[in-house]
Amino acid sequence: MSAELRTRPGSALLATNVTVRFGGLVAVNDVSFDIPRNTIVSLIGPNGAGKTTLFNVLTGLYRPSTGSVLLGERDITGFPPHKIAALGMGRTFQNIRLFGLMTAAENVMVAMHSHTTSNLLQIIARTRHQRREEVQARVFAQELLDFVGIGRHADQYARNLSYGDQRRLEVARALALRPDVLLLDEPTAGMNPQESAVFVDFVRKVRDERGVSVLLIEHDMSVVMRASERITVLDQGEKIAEGSPADIRSNPRVVEAYLGRTGTTGSAR
Amino acid sequence: MSLDTPKLTESEPIRSDLSQSHTKRWALWFSGIALVVWLFYTFVLPLLGEQAGTFIRHWMPLGSINEALVWVICAIGLNIVVGYAGLLDLGFVAFWAIGGYIAAWLMSTFFDQISHGIYFLSAAPPNQHGIHINWWLVLIISGCVCAFAGIVIGAPTLRLKSDYLALVTLGFGEIIPQFFVNGENIFGFNLTNGVKGISPLDNVSPLPFGPPAVSLGGATIPISQPLGPFDVGAKYVLFVLVAAFCIFVSLRLREGRLGRAWLAIREDELAASMMGVPLMQSKLAAYAVGAFMGGLGGVVYAVHNNSVFPDRFSFAISIVLLAMVVLGGMGNVWGVIVGALGLAWFNSTGLPQLGDSFNEQFGTDINFPSYNYLVFGSILVLMMLFRREGIFPEARTRQVLREAERSDAEELDGGEV
Repeated sequence: MSAELRTRPGSALLATNVTVRFGGLVAVNDVSFDIPRNTIVSLIGPNGAGKTTLFNVLTGLYRPSTGSVLLGERDITGFPPHKIAALGMGRTFQNIRLFGLMTAAENVMVAMHSHTTSNLLQIIARTRHQRREEVQARVFAQELLDFVGIGRHADQYARNLSYGDQRRLEVARALALRPDVLLLDEPTAGMNPQESAVFVDFVRKVRDERGVSVLLIEHDMSVVMRASERITVLDQGEKIAEGSPADIRSNPRVVEAYLGRTGTTGSAR
Repeated sequence: MSLDTPKLTESEPIRSDLSQSHTKRWALWFSGIALVVWLFYTFVLPLLGEQAGTFIRHWMPLGSINEALVWVICAIGLNIVVGYAGLLDLGFVAFWAIGGYIAAWLMSTFFDQISHGIYFLSAAPPNQHGIHINWWLVLIISGCVCAFAGIVIGAPTLRLKSDYLALVTLGFGEIIPQFFVNGENIFGFNLTNGVKGISPLDNVSPLPFGPPAVSLGGATIPISQPLGPFDVGAKYVLFVLVAAFCIFVSLRLREGRLGRAWLAIREDELAASMMGVPLMQSKLAAYAVGAFMGGLGGVVYAVHNNSVFPDRFSFAISIVLLAMVVLGGMGNVWGVIVGALGLAWFNSTGLPQLGDSFNEQFGTDINFPSYNYLVFGSILVLMMLFRREGIFPEARTRQVLREAERSDAEELDGGEV
């Protein structure tokens, strides 16, 4: 499968030698990795490995101490989050962060902000341009909600949706940015195995039909192994392995990072 | 101002689109009520008997409605900042003051250095010194200057998180009125006339041209003649028009792209920025629009009083404005209007009148108006206890305070959903 996907050249996202320091603490140390186009890549590692920090660098929340991030051909290092989002990086949140008191459709339409242009005066005067933009935004929002399967809830407040539907709404909202790269931060947290399996299929469908590349942070190994075409493993801020699910499964350093060192060194505790 | 629902969207099947017709309906309501009030005071009141007429003039003088309209204009402006975008502003009086002084500078004989006077479509008598500009124009100038001031104040402060922002705006709300108090001698130049204030202002006229007045069914309606201090009926019409403009603008903004961005910022700033909403730009827009309306309110206030005095622009105004927004129902324009009208009337007329009746009845000598903040405070405490969402809350806000959040409730069930 991965062979046919590599037919499209170039990386959707390329991080080079990224280091993030907080005071004396090095959270991410000289990590390089990329997301090939139309590929689902997983980022895994034990707690405190630096996954979330790296995520925050990619989305512009932190500025890397050294290193650079390229989105497509464009260097986005140090850009503010809204600009990176507008350039085509959508994300979901580990602990769902929807706009609870806005309807599902409104949530999605917020993310179209950067693709619409009506200014203050045009909104007040409700010009033809503004009206056309509004209608297009509504139609596109409905289309995205239908795509993720919650179209019938378009006018419900986000906070009243079920947990699974909220996860789906987050994806729809991220897709409204028309992203090239979709970052999913532990999307199956709180789901049972069956729901997780459904979600994996859903992520693949998103990738195939929306033409996005996906970066997945995930703890559930069955999800990681089933969903990803490539896996990057972090431990203590460093990249320790990269490869196909089969490679990673048998990689001794990964096993060590997850299960601890065996043998004679150190105390048994 | 066309309030027509665009045909393009009428055919759209998506339900949330119906909000547009709500705007239209509410605009009709507002104009209708405003018109009825005007007709009542112009035509019906003179016909009523001595006793009923006196009662109404004491308990609901048109002057107090005019003053309440000033509060309405400013409260709607503050509602955009606090209610829509969720930015706590404790210094809104700054814009009110700037607006008032701009009106005073541009519509009075204050600048006597200009000996022949600068005139532009003004109803002021000719050959006076100072600047005399048509008041509609002054409204626009003042709004724009205040919007600019809002951006200048907002640019460094809106980066701050909520509590710090509240403190800094509080500071600006103190600094600017102080500037007007002390602006008597700026390197030898008298800019604000200090505590003595600027008085009187030019009499404004509804229109800069046309016949002086027309007669309609026994009442004279001034057109281009200057309005004196007793022409409250005509001023009422002018103030209602300004208030209607503010309502119109804030309803329109609510529905569009910017209104959604503000709501999103209010809900979750970080998530909003991750969804491509530029935080600074959107917050500055809210601040500028709010300040614009504060500027309009300042001009209207100056025209209403025919003067400006720096001690009128106290910190208490910012707080009372905030109380109006909270009391009425944060974010909901109609709630805010009711809150502003109610509190303003109570402060200027209701409480003194109640006090007089009470004193008369029981032979006491209590100075009721001096307890106004005690009453306001009690009302706010009671509101927070029993009706936190305000009298007429926005549908969204009612949700938060009256219903448990689904995910919270389900977490109680044991986590797995």
